[in-house]
Amino acid sequence: MRTAGFVSARSLGLAGCEACGLVVRLPAAGGVDHCPRCGERLHSRRPASIERSWALAITALVLYVPANLLPVMTTNTPLGAVSDTIMQGVVELWSPTSWPLAIVVFVASVTIPLGKLIALAYLLLTVQRGSVRSNGQRVRLYRLLKFIGRWSMLDVFVDTFVVALIQLRPLMWVEPGAGVIFFAGVVVVTMLAVNSFDPRLIWDLPQQERHGDG
Amino acid sequence: MAHAGRPATTGAAVADAAVADRGLVACPDCDLLQRLPLVPLRQTARCARCRAPLWRHKPDSLERTLALALAAAILLLIANVVPMLGLSVAGREAFTTVVGGVVAMWREGTQVVAMLVLFAAVIAPALQIACLLLVVLAVRRPPAPHWVATLLHGYEFVREWSMIEIMLLGVLVALIKIAELATVIPGLALFVLGSLVFLLAAMAATFDPRLAWERIEWAAGSDQGGVARGLR
Repeated sequence: MRTAGFVSARSLGLAGCEACGLVVRLPAAGGVDHCPRCGERLHSRRPASIERSWALAITALVLYVPANLLPVMTTNTPLGAVSDTIMQGVVELWSPTSWPLAIVVFVASVTIPLGKLIALAYLLLTVQRGSVRSNGQRVRLYRLLKFIGRWSMLDVFVDTFVVALIQLRPLMWVEPGAGVIFFAGVVVVTMLAVNSFDPRLIWDLPQQERHGDG
Repeated sequence: MAHAGRPATTGAAVADAAVADRGLVACPDCDLLQRLPLVPLRQTARCARCRAPLWRHKPDSLERTLALALAAAILLLIANVVPMLGLSVAGREAFTTVVGGVVAMWREGTQVVAMLVLFAAVIAPALQIACLLLVVLAVRRPPAPHWVATLLHGYEFVREWSMIEIMLLGVLVALIKIAELATVIPGLALFVLGSLVFLLAAMAATFDPRLAWERIEWAAGSDQGGVARGLR
């Protein structure tokens, strides 16, 4: 990885505004400043990025348990009621014709949220350890997380429209389960966790950090 | 071909002004300070270190965005008033719209999820289109008043939460699940939403935020970078 000859805005006391991109000089004394063009707060690095990211990631992991154990929907017929969790929904969708959709739902509901948390934990740990290796791959991983995270919302939409359509009381009707609330929480909280992470931290050298402290 | 930014040297970047040289950019993903190179039409300048796209030279950005945003506004309106999905079972028919799904979730006791779906499928796309429409109209005659900056901030925030394409895929999965139980009737809104997915993607890709920011009045009341004034 080439690092020689590269100058970061921070090392010169400058910061690119996260909203409008203007490069602004930060006040030497520190403290809060606002972008003179767009008025947003200026940060050399997002404040408490690592702590917030960890807190949100752990919250998401906690929510992930009930999201998968509790039913997301209950189908009622005169013969009785059947409840489905996310995983049971995937299994039911598995058929000779619709198995590709079953895979899509599985990836969006199980693989993406879990993978996202593991990948985010990896990014946070390497930044905390001051790693300088494979910076390029790590920033690409971050961009991937930002891009795919939204797709976890898929199952929330599936449940919503199944519930909306199957309202044929007393013949057959579907009710949403508590699982869908927790699952929606997982999606929102993991998106916020990735948004709290500041990718510029990947590139900061450990020495610079120590300089800042002293 | 990608055009890499030129890493700035210490001398070029350091100035006493509050605002550094306006040709400089700090990469949003790695903080590398660099100068934007001259970029031919339809090409992208990328960060010299981490390859993040810094700027794309888009032809007629504002006019094209205006056209696409107008078309998207009309389609979003249609998509929310006509039926999206219907089903018939044992001689009974039921239809639902996007908002119908929200209402059902609300009535069944999952209000939090209902609000999230309403936001991601209706409010965020509507705000996304409305903000962008007003921004491109307002910046036609620069300098645009500073409230346009608020709209542009709003647009950037809401873009991530506008999930029409995901909702559409969700509707298709729901449709297949239900098809085992009843006859499903696809409604007009389904096709309108399908077109809207492409229009929204094109709208976001055509818009050049850097160009818009350059045409908006400064918060600090100075349009000449380099004048350090009391901020806020």
